[in-house]
Amino acid sequence: MSILGALLRKELRIELRTLEAVPGMSLFAVTTFVVFHFGLDRPTVEGDLAAGVLVVTLLFASILGINRLWVADEEQGGFDAMLLAPIDRTSLFVAKAIAMFVYLVVLEIVALPAFAFLLLEPPIRAELLLVLLMANVGIAVIGTLIGALAVKTRARDLIGPLLALPLLVPVVIGAAQAAQPLLSTAHHGPAEAKYLGVLGLYDLVFALVAYAVFDPLLED
Amino acid sequence: MSLRALSTATVVTLTGAFALVFFYAPNDADQGFIQKIFYVHVPMAMIALFGFVAGAVCAIQHLRTRESKWDLRSYVFIHLSLILGVGVLITGSIWARASWGHWWVWDEPTLVSFLIVFLLYACYQPLRFSIEDRARQARYASVFAVTAGAFVPLNFLAVRLAQAYTHPRVFATTDGGLPPKMQLTFYVALLGMTLLYVTLWRYEIAAKLARGRVRALKRKLGGDDRIVVGRSAAPQL
Repeated sequence: MSILGALLRKELRIELRTLEAVPGMSLFAVTTFVVFHFGLDRPTVEGDLAAGVLVVTLLFASILGINRLWVADEEQGGFDAMLLAPIDRTSLFVAKAIAMFVYLVVLEIVALPAFAFLLLEPPIRAELLLVLLMANVGIAVIGTLIGALAVKTRARDLIGPLLALPLLVPVVIGAAQAAQPLLSTAHHGPAEAKYLGVLGLYDLVFALVAYAVFDPLLED
Repeated sequence: MSLRALSTATVVTLTGAFALVFFYAPNDADQGFIQKIFYVHVPMAMIALFGFVAGAVCAIQHLRTRESKWDLRSYVFIHLSLILGVGVLITGSIWARASWGHWWVWDEPTLVSFLIVFLLYACYQPLRFSIEDRARQARYASVFAVTAGAFVPLNFLAVRLAQAYTHPRVFATTDGGLPPKMQLTFYVALLGMTLLYVTLWRYEIAAKLARGRVRALKRKLGGDDRIVVGRSAAPQL
């Protein structure tokens, strides 16, 4: 546990000192809302359109984070240091995934008010936070795994998004469909349980799969 | 079973299946003749998905044993399933055009799920290409294959839930969706497609092994610094 804590502290400290990922992601999200305003040519959005704009923007912003997540370890010998240390390699995965989750939460702390201010017609409801948190778990798990996979390839900025986007389609489906009634003015209602179920199942399955297959990525 | 016997069985079964499709199975009352594409499309899709999952199983074996033969098997499963996948998307599109009037319908969950799975696996070869080191390439490809294999059923579930309504299925999951004549034809077609897949799989494995042997012999003749012409993402033994 203390190993995990140390690794997590290291991740967060690096991010606090370099500010490489989170500010870029947040700025990207806010700019994308502006782009959507002009692309869709409407002052406000609600319902399924709002859910789609919000989820897709957060997804693309998190792709930026996924691309950056392992770069420091690859370029500055973090991987080698990990292999030299007598600790369980999977704890690195868990620490990275938690760090990615924290980045996504910070991203949403910036992006949600911006979305409400710039585009959203109805007010934001608390239930939306639950949907986004569940989506964050899936994005963090898949993002950490795919990021580690892509960082050692020649075309890492290309391979990462190419692999992550189709893998995250179920998260987009679950989050957008669950958020749809929450962001609707006319047909407002609670999120449908089956979509929260999809998100929960996805989080669980891929957390286990990623935990199981992460080790071979760190050999040699 | 020897490759020759397997090939003969494949040709006989596929010919039989096509004969049944055209001369034995009745025309669909609703869709008419075009419904017969079902006997190609559905078995192809089932076998392609089976191949993706089989590729994941071989990848697990590779990660456990680190023997390169399992990586080769996983590669060939995924490679062939990708080729079948192109066929599935084309036949599915033709069928959709004939029965619903559009080349692509977003509210047919099976077709949409298949497209997403296909797009994911289409990255398998680029991923292999972009890793130079052979051992690492095999390991990373296996990690991808396992993750993608777990993704296949989950994706089908998610896409299916996202549809407000679903089209009636031609082939119900419980018995009774198809009249007996169509059922027999379908099963023969499925068997033919399975045999075709297994035959192609065995041929590709044999070809890859032979190429590896030839390359090893050439290296012995020409020295280690012989330049290998041609790029391939396939595992090299």
